[in-house]
Amino acid sequence: MSQTVIQETPRATGKRQRLAKPELLAPAGSLEKLKFAVHYGADAVYIGGQKYGLRSNADNFSFEEMREGVEFAAQYGAKVFVATNIYAHQEDLAGITDYLQELENAGIAAIIAADPAIVELALKVAPKLEVHLSTQQSTMNWQAVQFWKEEGLPRVVLARETTMDEIREMKARVDVEIEVFIHGAMCSSVSGRCVLSNHFTDRDSNRGGCCQSCRWKYDLHADEQSVADPGHNPFTMSSKDLCMIQHIPDLIEAGVDSFKIEGRMKSIHYVASVVNVYRQAIDAYMADPEGYQLRPEWVEDIGKAANRPLNTGFFYAVPGAEEHIYEPEEKPAPYDFAAIVTDYDEATGIATVQQRSPFRPGMEVEFFGPGGRQFKQQVGDITDEEGNALTVARHPLQKIRIATAQPVVPFDLMRKRLN
Amino acid sequence: MRQPGDIIQSQLKEAVSTAHRLGAKAYINMNKLFRNDELGSLPEYLTLVKEAEADAIVFGDPAVLMNVRQYAPGMTLHWNAEMTGTNSAAASYWGRRGASRAVIARELNEEEIADLKSKVEMEVQIQVHGTTNIYHSHRNLVQSYLEHLGREASLVRRGADNGLFLVESERPDEKFPVYEDENGTHVMSPDDICLLEALPELITANVDSLYIEALLKSDEYNETVLRSYRQALELWKQNPNNFKFDPDWLTNIQQLQNPDRELGFGFLYKEQVY
Repeated sequence: MSQTVIQETPRATGKRQRLAKPELLAPAGSLEKLKFAVHYGADAVYIGGQKYGLRSNADNFSFEEMREGVEFAAQYGAKVFVATNIYAHQEDLAGITDYLQELENAGIAAIIAADPAIVELALKVAPKLEVHLSTQQSTMNWQAVQFWKEEGLPRVVLARETTMDEIREMKARVDVEIEVFIHGAMCSSVSGRCVLSNHFTDRDSNRGGCCQSCRWKYDLHADEQSVADPGHNPFTMSSKDLCMIQHIPDLIEAGVDSFKIEGRMKSIHYVASVVNVYRQAIDAYMADPEGYQLRPEWVEDIGKAANRPLNTGFFYAVPGAEEHIYEPEEKPAPYDFAAIVTDYDEATGIATVQQRSPFRPGMEVEFFGPGGRQFKQQVGDITDEEGNALTVARHPLQKIRIATAQPVVPFDLMRKRLN
Repeated sequence: MRQPGDIIQSQLKEAVSTAHRLGAKAYINMNKLFRNDELGSLPEYLTLVKEAEADAIVFGDPAVLMNVRQYAPGMTLHWNAEMTGTNSAAASYWGRRGASRAVIARELNEEEIADLKSKVEMEVQIQVHGTTNIYHSHRNLVQSYLEHLGREASLVRRGADNGLFLVESERPDEKFPVYEDENGTHVMSPDDICLLEALPELITANVDSLYIEALLKSDEYNETVLRSYRQALELWKQNPNNFKFDPDWLTNIQQLQNPDRELGFGFLYKEQVY
């Protein structure tokens, strides 16, 4: 993303439906990630169940885990949605009714569905479940939005190709909740309109088998010859990731009801960092629209968790040469997730943390928690739970004692700077 | 979307009546995804289509359905959402909203096609021949790449027959045609579907309409393909019990087939995983 901070003049044209304040909707690839997403400020999370979702490789939720997740989220006033966004084949149709009713019984607030087969069934057999139309339906005009509203859907997740002006018009014309992706990886194709995986590997992309062929390397040939000279970057369809942190006022004033973050496959560190930043930005704008200012540390913190370069997708212009990734290597994020704080002893100033990647005395680390609380320090002496001194915290999930420069609380995270 | 040629609005009526005079039906393809600023032209266009007495409108975007209800009520509708038309319940959903035909995804296998057809009360159309679209983006990916290379953008905007291919680094023998038009970037399959030999099975599965994709092919090629399928269907019609596959039907196509593009059965006999 360009480092230039754009302070746009928001135009108050759209209006939100039902929701007084836009919802921040975060991905949760596991029960643990759900807890962190909610704790760091998500108003709602979306998860995948054992079936019918588009992340067949993810650590998807059992019904029991869903119940626990719903209960945890309820303590924060947050909701849990389930992605049932495949395009079903004949063999998938049997069993959907039972599945939807199980979701309803587990206290799930909404499903996110693309296939009319699932949309229609849910409205009929699980009336307490809201049905949100998935981005996989590629809804990009207001009359299509109107159609889905008339079909009984309270919310439409727009195609990622929709522009800010188009969203404003939709909100002005149709009285329905609008959800848009504001952050994360994007299909470079129109969602659902890509079967590269099916052709390359017989894996059905529209049922969760996507093998990300759009990010592979290709040669572009014209008249039997490669267009690129030797040594030049190959062709790819690989999109940079979406990041709208610099345009929160615009999104709010357009009337977007739900701000969605992508990334059910991403780490706790990623989800907590990104949710934390957007939570602060939304709250700051809603508290004082006139005095709102983008804080540089928000952009910085997003960068600490990002592993691809960022851009604003289709919101302001059709993505061009600068919005795609031609360079050979993806740059790793400058920070890595190191530990979770599980306890803190005020008397001694010593925290107990659970190791998530190796760290050692002398390393530069950063502790952070909800609301933008954070501080940097060097790792001092560390011990295991029995008080034995360690030269390195080597074992995953091992409990480590570490003196912290400032007080910390459970759910705070520690990240380490990478060289 | 992705038409082998455009019929301009003033010729619409003539095109439809020509088809009718020759005993054929004419369907108007309107299956692109529309944006707000494109909706305004729909009422006038639909009025034109209605006046031209076209036999059906092919749609994917619900906005077209909304406009047909208002501006061309009673018009026959064919639902075609490309890769996302994959099951009987979805087809029936659109059937109850006015579609009399479902054009189903090319990624279904024969068992799925037959099962789908047996569970819907509407016509089912499948593609039996030609190239298929396997990736559609609203991004201008060829232009963006050429810009990245600092090359002249003159290589783009040459339409579907632009001679541009993508070759994936581990599959040097497969050439994927790629082109840009006003709807974005389209990547096409590296081989052509040819279900000529499977016609008896497809007819037995009660498939109602067999579509031949003319995109990226010469007129001579398309005529030959049509003739072969026509001959096969006529022979079947005369007496299914006496039907015998005539190898010439296939040979005639093979003689004109681009050697870089294999003729195959697409997904007809495949099992996919996910």
